[in-house]
Amino acid sequence: MHDLRAITPLGRSEPVVEVHGTVTMTEVTDVALASVAARRGREPETLAALERVLGDAPPAPGCLGGKTLTAFWMGPDLWMIEAPNDTHEDLAAQLAALSSGAMSVTEQTDAWCRFDLTGERLADVFERLCAANIRAFQGGEAVRTTIHHLGCYILCRTPAHMSVIGARSSAGSLHHALRTALVSAL
Amino acid sequence: MTGVNRLDGGLIDRTKPMRFTFDGIGFTGFEGDTLASALLANDVRLMGRSFKYHRPRGPMTSGSEEPNALVALRSGARKEPNTRATTAELFAGLSATSQNRWPSLRWDAMAVNDRLSQFFAAGFYYKTFMWPAAFWEKVYEPIIRRAAGLGTLSHEPDPDSYDKGFLHCDLLVIGTGPSGLMAALTAARAGADVIIADEDFLPGGRLSAETHMIEGQSGAAWAAASVAELQALPNVRVMTRSTVIGAFDHGIYGVVERVSDHLKEPFAGKPRQILWRVYSKRAILAAGATERPIVFENNDRPGIMLASAVRAYVNRWAVTPARQVAIFTNNDDGHRTARDLAAKGVDVTAVIDTRLDAPTSADYQVIAGGVVVQTWGRLGLTQIEVRTPKGESLRIPCGALGVSGGWNPNVHLTCHQGARPVWNDTIAAFVPGNSLPPGLIPTGAADGAFSTYEALSSGQKAAHVALSDLGIPHKVSDLPEAEDAPVNITPFWHVASAKRAWVDQQNDVTAKDVQLAHQENFVSVEHLKRYTTLGMATDQGKTSNTAGLAIMADIAGKSIPEVGTTMFRPPYTPTAIGVLAGRARDEDFRPIRKTPSHVWAEEQGAVFVEVGMWLRAQWFPKPGETHWRQSVDREVLQTRKSVGICDVTTLGKIDVQGTDAAAFLNKVYCNGFAQLPVGRTRYGLMLREDAIAMDDGTAARLAEDHFVVTTTTANAVPVYRHMEFVRQCLFPDMDVQLISTTEAWAQFAVAGPKSRALLQQIIDPPFDISNDAFPFMACAEITVTGGLRARLFRISFSGELAFEIAVPTRYGDALMRRMMDVGAGFDVVAYGTEALSVMRIEKGHAAGNELNGTTTALNLGMGRMVSKKKDAIGSTLSEREGLTEGDALKLVGLKPVDPDHNVPAGAHLMTKGATVSAANDQGYVTSACFSPNLGCHIGLAYLKSGDSRMGEIIRLVSPLTGVDHDVEVVSAHFVDPKGERLRA
Repeated sequence: MHDLRAITPLGRSEPVVEVHGTVTMTEVTDVALASVAARRGREPETLAALERVLGDAPPAPGCLGGKTLTAFWMGPDLWMIEAPNDTHEDLAAQLAALSSGAMSVTEQTDAWCRFDLTGERLADVFERLCAANIRAFQGGEAVRTTIHHLGCYILCRTPAHMSVIGARSSAGSLHHALRTALVSAL
Repeated sequence: MTGVNRLDGGLIDRTKPMRFTFDGIGFTGFEGDTLASALLANDVRLMGRSFKYHRPRGPMTSGSEEPNALVALRSGARKEPNTRATTAELFAGLSATSQNRWPSLRWDAMAVNDRLSQFFAAGFYYKTFMWPAAFWEKVYEPIIRRAAGLGTLSHEPDPDSYDKGFLHCDLLVIGTGPSGLMAALTAARAGADVIIADEDFLPGGRLSAETHMIEGQSGAAWAAASVAELQALPNVRVMTRSTVIGAFDHGIYGVVERVSDHLKEPFAGKPRQILWRVYSKRAILAAGATERPIVFENNDRPGIMLASAVRAYVNRWAVTPARQVAIFTNNDDGHRTARDLAAKGVDVTAVIDTRLDAPTSADYQVIAGGVVVQTWGRLGLTQIEVRTPKGESLRIPCGALGVSGGWNPNVHLTCHQGARPVWNDTIAAFVPGNSLPPGLIPTGAADGAFSTYEALSSGQKAAHVALSDLGIPHKVSDLPEAEDAPVNITPFWHVASAKRAWVDQQNDVTAKDVQLAHQENFVSVEHLKRYTTLGMATDQGKTSNTAGLAIMADIAGKSIPEVGTTMFRPPYTPTAIGVLAGRARDEDFRPIRKTPSHVWAEEQGAVFVEVGMWLRAQWFPKPGETHWRQSVDREVLQTRKSVGICDVTTLGKIDVQGTDAAAFLNKVYCNGFAQLPVGRTRYGLMLREDAIAMDDGTAARLAEDHFVVTTTTANAVPVYRHMEFVRQCLFPDMDVQLISTTEAWAQFAVAGPKSRALLQQIIDPPFDISNDAFPFMACAEITVTGGLRARLFRISFSGELAFEIAVPTRYGDALMRRMMDVGAGFDVVAYGTEALSVMRIEKGHAAGNELNGTTTALNLGMGRMVSKKKDAIGSTLSEREGLTEGDALKLVGLKPVDPDHNVPAGAHLMTKGATVSAANDQGYVTSACFSPNLGCHIGLAYLKSGDSRMGEIIRLVSPLTGVDHDVEVVSAHFVDPKGERLRA
């Protein structure tokens, strides 16, 4: 086992948790990510492989899905798979092994930072942050949008549980934007 | 205490008195007052001095169209100049000061301008300030700067914060008057998602100012009940204090919400204002109409107002502007003010109606066919002179004169996308034309339908149209009873005999100025505007544009529609720059990207540099170093002597996979990649279609179907975007997939003779990185420190024996610390971007400076890299004549002949003996630095036929900075030209 210690996207040893009004913001650092793109002509095999992995058909455009593992749609024939890092640190390798060359898999875990917002009045917060119509979300939406000039994914797990996924290197700016909106809106 | 001009009734809250000050004097008002209504209640009519002539002025209106009563609200950092007293909501402790006067409002020294008015006519500055020429910069400009402008800034940073926000709705209703409320109720009751917004703090529009009844109750009560119903519905958002500032594309409207301008201070952590971007499927413009005055002699004295404003002060704010009031009108609506005043017991001394068939009254005298020809009362109106149709001259005492020239529908938002309004003769005003922003329906007075009943019915109808468009089922319900008076107006724009008659009061433009514009041939309405500045003040000519173009039409012998209107542009009312900026100010202006070793670098006291959004360590000063050259020279020398480590995570990394991955790279790079063996990296040059060099980098083949492509930091996004375009649009049949991995991997350059030894301390045993097993340009997936997955690339930017090692980003910090730790025994040094640049210049490696958007592979000395064996982007055009001329620029190195001279980047090269001119230009310096290895300044440059001019002494010139000395043309590869260190 290697002995190098990981740091969080915010550059600390532990993820950040904070409470503002009715909302808790939690930095999530224990989820492995891998992108899966179907190779040309191998789309059916990719869908089948992902269905086995996710326990459900891979999600449609703009959607979050999956039962055993979750995934969200990123583009035509392109998905991001989420899995607990503890058991799936080598998620990309695991998926590549299942694919028999039908899928192009890329490790994505450390390309992203993630902040989960849970609680009431989340829509009041998000309407200060991005143009996505969060208020209309019912659960299962996964959209690409911009928060303070940062491209982000927003996943609506339930209307009271949203994940904001942004580029890791700008975690500080994203965190600041989220916190500012929490203080401002609530 | 309550104000000498207070009347009964009104929509103010007398249980909430508030103290405020104006120009240091204390007064009392009530909640619901504006600053203007509270001052008028206290018999203060004088509130400002005009822009050019410093004439005493009072409020002309009761709304956001106000041209005169502009005050500085608050003091200190929150001071806001040009605040309209007519819309400033009163709050306890409000403090305002008048503007544009010295030493006081009542006695302003600059009023001398009014005496010299013939020198200040429209366009005077085009005819003056020319002689003597020297006076312009030293005398005229400073004076003009001090004199010009309206209001002064605090010059302190804005302490407030502003938010941006995003709202979505089926229907946006703009305005909470009867038309807007009816539309919103109709749509909301049918279940549509509705947002209704009004700039006022009290919803109701004109209903708050009139005595109209709706369905047996006062208009104001009906409005209040309607708003209550709307606020209780979950599908409605009622926004007061929210101005819809513009109609933008795709149904998007800008709305500025004033969250706390009516409070002493914003709440902690909350924004002062919010700029909402409203995405609407449909929108209804129920913005009402604004009354316009008539232009006559001295029509600008404090106390002379729009008749509808007098009515609003009386009915909504329970204030009469004076104990004796007269009315001057050309239409029936002006008489409403007289009736409402009389009903409250105010003395109406006369109604002067320009129409011979004016309606009469038992309560006050009506002078039919009369015109006002003079007024008195410099600091406040005292009396007016009326000329009757018989030619008699009557003096009428009055402290206020309500003037009504008709009403202008507030068409502005219908014209924000370039359309012009059309003239309607019935109401003698412009109304929305047929070309409207898609999805926007004007209703009520905004559409020229002026009665209350018409407002209600058109609002309902518009809502039905919107609901049908949205596919939302709805029933037609009965409309409440309301007045339906027709419009009776005979256009009368100005009293032609007037000598000083004000058209645009905020910019001090007179009817004579309009005449002057015509005389000087500025007859087009756009020229009229700019020559006279009519309509160019903060009120955007809301109460003056129509009179101005009517007067021009008269003089020019055209009809009003023939003269037309100028372009309408957002914002509808003045908007704080702060709210346009939102949170993007100071250190939050744009996001910051930090490298994986940022925390460690900060601990070392690194000096950082902005590279796009990234912060990169530029150098790492050590104790005792006082100048950056000491640090940088040390980092360079030590790296070349032992080993240096640099965080290079910022360079773009693109994962390329698929059975056609190699064939794809063959298309985007000008050199060949199809034969690159697995486990090898190759330098690649990407050309634009026109063969200009776009970016360079490396591609590492980790497997048959898997490459990792690197790009320069600056081009990480553009190259990725380019490659996606090539993939999706140029070669959609190829089996290739791309994704960015710049962020996913922390990457460090480990360079110098001891680099291998250092890395061998952390790379796990099975992986052999000896020169035989891992030669120059090798690459592999490995593990480090006991099993952490990593990638190793034997590439070198510095020209030393070097590697780049990548680990998942979360371990980058720990890896850096570990390498510095084990590297202590090898004399390791951390180096930043300066040392990185010095070393690559010493080595002669091209970077962004050399790939400057005008240079080709040939210029770079890489002409032979453009493969003739395969087609790639840029190959064909790389052969065009213009790029392959005999004396094409070639990349060379330069050394100063005198070792104490420098080599400024950007300097140009001339043949010795030739005069310095563009015709003799031989090339230019692209990169330069002090080389601690050579002990002198060096540079890289493009020189015509440079490859055949080695050893030549040429002239380096920088005419702007006075540099002119000799340099020697040398090979660009100053250090290790044979590449022996690279291959060690």
